[in-house]
Amino acid sequence: MNFFFEVLIGGLLSGVMYALVALGFVMIYKASGVFNFAQGAMVYLAALSVVGCMEKGAPLWLAVILAFAIMTLFGIATEKFVLRKLVNQPPIALFMATIGLAFFIEGLAPMIFGSEPRALDVGIVDEPIEYILENFNMVISRFDLVAALVASVLVATLALFFQYTRIGRALRAVADDHQAALSIGIPLQNIWAIVWGVAGFVALVAGMMWGARNGVQFALTFTALKALPVLILGGFTSVPGAIVGGLIIGASEKLAEIYIPPVMQNLFGGNFGGIEGWFPYVLALLFLLVRPEGLFGEKHIDRV
Amino acid sequence: MIKTCKPVLAAATLAIAMLSQNALAAEEQFFPMTSYRVGPYGANGQSFYGGFIDYLNYVNLTEKGVNGVTLTYEECETEYNNAKGVECYERLKGKAAKSAGPIHTMSTGISYALIDKSAQDKLPLAMMGYGRTDAVDGSVFPYAFPLVTTYQMQASAIVKFIKEKMGGNLAGKKIVYLYHDSAYGKEAIIALEAEASLNKFQLVQIPVAHPGNEQGAQWLKIRQEKPDFVVFWGWGVMNQTALKAAQKVGFPRDKMIGSWWTGSEEDVVPAGESAKGYMAATWNVAGKNVPLIADIEKTVYGAGKGNLSDKAKIGTILYNRGVSAAVLSVEAIRKGQEKYGKGKALNGEQTRWALENLNITEDRLKQIGATDLLPEIKTSCDNHEGSGKVKIQQWDGDKWVPVSGWIEGNKALIHPLFQASAKQYAKEKGITPRDCSKEK
Repeated sequence: MNFFFEVLIGGLLSGVMYALVALGFVMIYKASGVFNFAQGAMVYLAALSVVGCMEKGAPLWLAVILAFAIMTLFGIATEKFVLRKLVNQPPIALFMATIGLAFFIEGLAPMIFGSEPRALDVGIVDEPIEYILENFNMVISRFDLVAALVASVLVATLALFFQYTRIGRALRAVADDHQAALSIGIPLQNIWAIVWGVAGFVALVAGMMWGARNGVQFALTFTALKALPVLILGGFTSVPGAIVGGLIIGASEKLAEIYIPPVMQNLFGGNFGGIEGWFPYVLALLFLLVRPEGLFGEKHIDRV
Repeated sequence: MIKTCKPVLAAATLAIAMLSQNALAAEEQFFPMTSYRVGPYGANGQSFYGGFIDYLNYVNLTEKGVNGVTLTYEECETEYNNAKGVECYERLKGKAAKSAGPIHTMSTGISYALIDKSAQDKLPLAMMGYGRTDAVDGSVFPYAFPLVTTYQMQASAIVKFIKEKMGGNLAGKKIVYLYHDSAYGKEAIIALEAEASLNKFQLVQIPVAHPGNEQGAQWLKIRQEKPDFVVFWGWGVMNQTALKAAQKVGFPRDKMIGSWWTGSEEDVVPAGESAKGYMAATWNVAGKNVPLIADIEKTVYGAGKGNLSDKAKIGTILYNRGVSAAVLSVEAIRKGQEKYGKGKALNGEQTRWALENLNITEDRLKQIGATDLLPEIKTSCDNHEGSGKVKIQQWDGDKWVPVSGWIEGNKALIHPLFQASAKQYAKEKGITPRDCSKEK
């Protein structure tokens, strides 16, 4: 039973890491109704900017500020050069633009900062907490706990931002209908620039946590793959949904990886491990059949 | 008189110049290079192909090529993508029709995609430490060369090393095999199962789904299993993630031994302190203390002809691997010239023969300043591997340090597995294997 809880807690903490990436998707989707294919690439760019600035001699705090500036400029440039021409176009046009953006970032970022995998030390050692290990014989990572704390603060801040600020309300209005938002005087360009900037900040936090955990390298773009089932489960428009979706996906994939293969092996022989790559997607697909808008997503009703 | 002769002399000079230029052009040994320097694995490619090209330039600078034949190359960017690899091959093969050194793709996927094509086009494919391993049996795969050593022989050598560490007896011990859940990761299973059965140890197989950036469950399982050693077959981000995850569950890194794809600086530096003590197999050593590597830096970079923009990569494991691959390729050209004529470029067919008749001894390695850079190689029709040896190296937090001599895998156990697999392939493809006893 001890092992079960160890796997469960480990999974929940991993889920928080997925939620960090999923939050970036939610930001853009909430404000523009577009699935941002470039979010994984933005995570990579943000983390690479931090290590790139540190290699030029900047201390960590300054590198983070500079990386945030880079991500903000990137957000503004995206609005100006990519999105502005696509106002009121079908969402698929915006989606295609983000695909192009992803490839552009994936090519440009290593050209500027180099493609070598690098370490990112944020000062938190990824080791088990000794007290829990000694008293409960369970491995709980100090780093994962900090990541969970960071994600919680981020979620709370973003939820409050969307719910209670003027900009937050404007963002939601823009997401509903570009043209209607423009007609009542909401400055669409500014709103998009802000939301891409905030998504850049979320990418920076996710990039730093993932980069500190696995190294800063091209594979950070793959973190987006972990976020997709989280979004399907939690809903594309819900900030708390990203967290809850992350926790469910993280815990279920870890439990599945441990407990399903031995059962399958007994039944059919062979090796059935390594299922956590596809298991979350199957779970998300099953969930889609029951609740297509996700746990916390807004139900879309078209009147006939 | 001189006035009338002037145009004639000029024309004659021009003709001689053109002729000699043509003659020079004919004396070029071309290396088609399906390389990668950008994309997810670009950093690996930069070091490897940088080392390879630096050695070609080194031979050109110090010896004016091989017996006067200048070594030339053309790169085509594959981005480690199979489709692009095939496209690059198709683009380069026309130029390689006249003269061709071995093609190094540095990719198992691209190698698999090219294995039949290259045989049809009579262009030799070198797969040093990767690719289709049953191509060791040259009777079925005349144009494919998994040179130096293979995944299976490497796994066998790692088991031999662990056995030594455990006092010469593995009976009752437990080894976890943590692997990338792909063709690459699965290659070594057959060898490890054979070793487990022979040495009576328990083998626990734990796959990791691609890309391997999340291994929490696997390492909790490893913690539960309490193995004596973890043999690790990772790739890309999976390597750093494994080292960090091992630290997270408190598994000692000096009980982890990886394959050579997990043993470069790129694999351990991003993992920081968690990589200290970790071991990996390698078929070439790192460092600039190998005389050849030091001389390349002095000669090639001194002449401003170095291929790397970042000189810090010189002496890294992958740079030295690129040099080692080039040493083997150039030695094959020398061997071929002994048979087909000194000072003449070799075509693909001739290079194939040379690769199949390599005999690089310790003495020869010493002559070229590559003592201990790579093991001795002796190939034949029925042994396209030629060595089967690796060293085990350990990361001390700053550099790779060899902690063993050259260890040969259990050839008697492993090679029959290759032969059986090659035989099956020949049957499926309708290939009549060559009679190796008639090959010279």
